Amino acid sequence: MLKYSIKRLLQSLVTLFIVVTAVFMLMRLLPVEGYFGDAYDKLTESQREAILQKMGLLDPWYVQIGNFYAGLLRGELGVSSIYRRDVPVLEVIAPRVPYSVRFGLAATAMSIFLGLAMGIHMTRHKGRLWDKTWTAYIVFVTSVPSAVYLLFVQLYGTSLFKVPLLFDKYRPSSWILPVVSIAVTGIAGYAMWMRRYMVDELNKDYIKLARAKGLSDSAIMTRHVMRNAYVPMAQYLPAAILATISGSIYIESLYSIPGMGGLLVDVIQRQDNPLVQALCLIYSSVGILGLYLGDLLMAAFDPRIQLVKSEGAR
Amino acid sequence: MSDAAKATADARFEFAAYDADAGERGGYSNYSYWRSTINVFLKNKTAVFLLFVLGGLLLFTFIQPLIPGQKNPLEIFIDPATGIQYRNQRPSAEFWFGTNSIGQDLWARIWSGTRTSLLIGLLVGVVEMVIGIAYGALWGYARKLDRAMTEIYNVLNNIPTTIVLMLLAYILKPSFWTMVIAMCATGWIALARFVRNQIVIIRDREYNLASRCLGTPAGRIVQRNILPYLVSVIMLKTALSIPGTIGWEVFLTYIGLGLPLSIPSLGNLVNEGRLIMMAPELRYQLIFPTIVVSIITISFYILGNAFSDASDPRNHV
Repeated sequence: MLKYSIKRLLQSLVTLFIVVTAVFMLMRLLPVEGYFGDAYDKLTESQREAILQKMGLLDPWYVQIGNFYAGLLRGELGVSSIYRRDVPVLEVIAPRVPYSVRFGLAATAMSIFLGLAMGIHMTRHKGRLWDKTWTAYIVFVTSVPSAVYLLFVQLYGTSLFKVPLLFDKYRPSSWILPVVSIAVTGIAGYAMWMRRYMVDELNKDYIKLARAKGLSDSAIMTRHVMRNAYVPMAQYLPAAILATISGSIYIESLYSIPGMGGLLVDVIQRQDNPLVQALCLIYSSVGILGLYLGDLLMAAFDPRIQLVKSEGAR
Repeated sequence: MSDAAKATADARFEFAAYDADAGERGGYSNYSYWRSTINVFLKNKTAVFLLFVLGGLLLFTFIQPLIPGQKNPLEIFIDPATGIQYRNQRPSAEFWFGTNSIGQDLWARIWSGTRTSLLIGLLVGVVEMVIGIAYGALWGYARKLDRAMTEIYNVLNNIPTTIVLMLLAYILKPSFWTMVIAMCATGWIALARFVRNQIVIIRDREYNLASRCLGTPAGRIVQRNILPYLVSVIMLKTALSIPGTIGWEVFLTYIGLGLPLSIPSLGNLVNEGRLIMMAPELRYQLIFPTIVVSIITISFYILGNAFSDASDPRNHV
């Protein structure tokens, strides 16, 4: 297992290199006009040249990428070129991360806890009133575009619960609605899949045997059905927790939270290359790590899953 | 025992002739997996009704422009008396769903948009399903390929979609097909991971181990032992991916990479409506497209769940 982990993490470094290089190249393929935004028409040809020269964009590509990796090895991610000119990339990102992570973790915890509980509750009342009620909730959340119902949550939530409309660091009550808004979608997702996996599991023959043996319903649920239903969810859990670093693009703009959500999209559109590269480096590391930890967790939940080749497997 | 009784006993217990085909006949059953699945599915009246609703909706989006008296979704209507556009007109006999902020007919725009979005959803959904399942099955089952395919997944999954979309929009003009290509290029990745996880879970179960010991080729194990086992979850996922595509399109429009306003879609209609929803009297512009999106999503959700239930052979008897 240790050997597998080491091999896989070393492999990840190669992947990371490929991703970052690909992003670097793709950004250089974007039109040059994009670097100037609205100011393009106001600048003369020589002014534009000077700006590009200063950003190092006129060098041949191999010089550019060489400089980038040389900087990376020295531990420098460079300075933002457009978004916040000449501010070190880390200084742009660092203050934003805690907001996104805090909101994200609270919302993820809430989604998992309530979502799984809801899924279990639905399975136990399959085909009856509670199942239908929660299904209606899930259908509503998945069917109405989140851009729409989240607006309504903000609009009516603030007047109903007398909480501030926008996020305010110093008022804890302003934290409630953003967390709930992020969780509303998550709860529905977890509940839906929990129900599906449990219902599929309940149909199996060994459950009939367990029932025939005289095992109580709650013992069947906790010892057999739930243990099997958790396995496919476990794969996504680490990724979901790690992904909180990237924030939520809708929620953070709705409640004006100074987090990470939308930062990547924003800097890509404004073609702030150093920031894009740094963010992609962070997000890819997190994504790769999430998949790896997910595999480990899945194997831990279900001992029948073998990630490494052993006897009896291929 | 008398001789007569012996004679009858012999006549009754004669040895049968050896028949080499008898084994084949005994193993035959007229059970067909897909026919049974469809039969069980058709018994679900709600699902069948919603199937007709969706089919009817798609058909109507094609028929609607042919009905006489319908308006052009792109035409800006101008009041002949004042020479000003009919901006933000409430629903009326002339404009059934009202007009938008520049005076286009919302009724015509919604049907044109539904056609665009449903077609994008169906096309992308099918492509996603084919590529996602094929890649996921190979990734999950072939342990030798696991490392290479995991890394390919990591590379593709971590290049931001926004960059790909911006490049595509720069190389090609933003259009229906650009959108389809962009979504197909990036959408299958999530399904592939989903299928792969499911396969990793069951690939070493005892019945597969038994099959391998009996020398069943890998391709047959995947097709006969593993994929049928997963039909129910894969179907649910695919059914959700079609409305998911519409939701994704809404999101892309939100970040400014959606279809241009000259190609109405549910994405840009919802987004347009969202921008003016703070004025309660203009909310109809948000509510009508949202209702259409909701009908489509609810139908697919219930259809997917019904089909999932029907595809489980334990529900066939």
